[in-house]
Amino acid sequence: MNSRLFSIIRKEFIQIFRDKRTLALILVIPIMQLFLLGYAATNDVRNVPLAVFDQSNSPEARALLDAYRAADYFSVAYTAHSEAEIQSLIETGKARAALLIPPDYPVRLSEGNAQVMFILDGSDPSVAATSLSAAQLIGQNHATAILSQKVSRSGQNLKLQPPVSVSTTVWYNPDLISAHFMIPGVIGMILYAITAILTASAIVRERERGTIEQLIVTPIRSWELVIGKVLPYTILALFDTLEVLLVGNWWFGVPIRGSMLLIMVVSAIFLLSGLGVGLFASTIANTQQEAMLTVWMTLLPAIFLSGFFFPLEAMPQVLQWVSYLMPLRYYLSIIRVLLLKGVGISSILPDLIALTAFGIFIMGAAALRFRKRLD
Amino acid sequence: MPVISVQNLTRKFGEFTAVDHVSFAVEEGEVVGYLGPNGSGKTTTIRMLLGLIAPSSGEASVLGYDVFRQSEEVRARAGYMSQKFAIYDDLTVLENLQFYGGVYGINDPKRLQETLAHVGLGGHENALTRELSAGWRQRLALGIAIVHRPKLLFLDEPTSGVDPNARRAFWDLIYDLAAEGVTILVTTHYMDEAEYCNRVGMMRNGKLLAMDTPLALKEQYVPGDVYEIYAQPLLAGLAALEAAPGVIRAALAGDHLRVILQAPGSPTSLQQALNSAGVQVQSIQAGERTLEDVFLHLAKE
Repeated sequence: MNSRLFSIIRKEFIQIFRDKRTLALILVIPIMQLFLLGYAATNDVRNVPLAVFDQSNSPEARALLDAYRAADYFSVAYTAHSEAEIQSLIETGKARAALLIPPDYPVRLSEGNAQVMFILDGSDPSVAATSLSAAQLIGQNHATAILSQKVSRSGQNLKLQPPVSVSTTVWYNPDLISAHFMIPGVIGMILYAITAILTASAIVRERERGTIEQLIVTPIRSWELVIGKVLPYTILALFDTLEVLLVGNWWFGVPIRGSMLLIMVVSAIFLLSGLGVGLFASTIANTQQEAMLTVWMTLLPAIFLSGFFFPLEAMPQVLQWVSYLMPLRYYLSIIRVLLLKGVGISSILPDLIALTAFGIFIMGAAALRFRKRLD
Repeated sequence: MPVISVQNLTRKFGEFTAVDHVSFAVEEGEVVGYLGPNGSGKTTTIRMLLGLIAPSSGEASVLGYDVFRQSEEVRARAGYMSQKFAIYDDLTVLENLQFYGGVYGINDPKRLQETLAHVGLGGHENALTRELSAGWRQRLALGIAIVHRPKLLFLDEPTSGVDPNARRAFWDLIYDLAAEGVTILVTTHYMDEAEYCNRVGMMRNGKLLAMDTPLALKEQYVPGDVYEIYAQPLLAGLAALEAAPGVIRAALAGDHLRVILQAPGSPTSLQQALNSAGVQVQSIQAGERTLEDVFLHLAKE
């Protein structure tokens, strides 16, 4: 191997392993974020506290409540005795939903036109949306059950069937577990942040310390300096990828259905973008703090406009267009497909091409700019 | 052919002219001092000679190569020690040298040990550079600059921030290198250090005012004889001397007074001037001309 390149790589590795605190951060932070986001950033709705005002106090009303209890979306947390009490429970946030059963519920039920009122706290739209559809579904199922009971009790031998039945099957993530969706995102974010921040500060540190001037008077070529600086952090970042994948698989049960090799290759291609951003930041920044802030400025839009937390489909058209400029978008889409669907390279090809093009463009532009600053 | 040849080298930063039409030549094996206050253009000159920054106008060649078009050739053959010692604090002495050696294609452990011995760091290979004293860091920086055994060495303020003993020891290293035939261009703002050089260039506000041997500079630019005068009270004596005939410059020099005197002045006339001002004279002795006298004279012109 080229003695100059080898010397730089060896020196970087010595420095990385000597700074035990930073090394620990590089290895531990991804796992911390994995657990944080795997548990906290979840859209799964469970045990929404429900307040009940049952004015009928009838066996029929209790049957309806049992139906609500049976599904674990709600837990009957309060039994209220007035509408005012319901209102105060929701206002104080003790209950997020309320069910009002009118006094004439048993009578109207036998007449076939009973109504109950369901009140929902809409201040958190994502919880509200899930609760609402759950509440409707439970109500409908209960109504169907009563109807078929009635029919069979009337002695007719008629089996009640809804006119249309939609049978649903969820593929790839059948339990709709958020962690399976979040963990690929964590991998993408970590790869991007670690490579960009570490590359930028490793280069800016040389400038702060004055060693860059000495490096320039040596026979080192620009490309050797770039590769020698960037390669060690690439290896660290790929190690982190593997780490998050394996811990995600073992603890959160995130499937790894695609080829591990393909996942690592795609990750390495995605790294080009992160490294390029870091390299670019190092050409603008004079101190490590400046480099860090520059990287942060690109990190936040990358995360919010990549479909990491918020679905791209729900964004205004303009932001959807902007999201096409985010390499993280393509990587997330690829890695989710590879992990959850386990398909081959052909179905990710368009995203992979876009990712590669962005990587080469960003890295190339940064390397060119870096060269100019050096000479 | 001179090792360094500079003609009308100029560098402007916007309106500010850092180096202003500088011309000089350095022959093989010389130790040339580049003397001047901070900000006088010394570092900018060296940076141009290494191709680190481009000249605004003028020409320069180093080791026969054009400094701007063939800077890679120059850099491969010259050594450079910058003001900020280019040392990695988190590496040991040997790791620093291994790194820079590897960059020049020198991986032979014996050569690295020789370089360490050369700068007096043998036996300290495994010390973390963060923990070294300024004097030792300075030696390591020199070791880094000479690891590839250059025939030409640029030292930019190598002794700044180092104690006087370490400075003296460092100059011994410079002489050793010069004895081996290495040509050395060294900048400094210590006048006493410049005395050790074969030739000295005086730099001020971007202009090279003069360049010659210390002796020739003193003969040419100190226009009179130097006298050291011990008298009491000092301040009254200083005032009397400044007014005395033939005195070009009078100054306080620690516990005594120092004058540069030309005709029609004489030690007798100094004695008279002091006596008539009521100053008690203890002694008047002939003194040595210094490079500081040269610099002050040139700066006045």
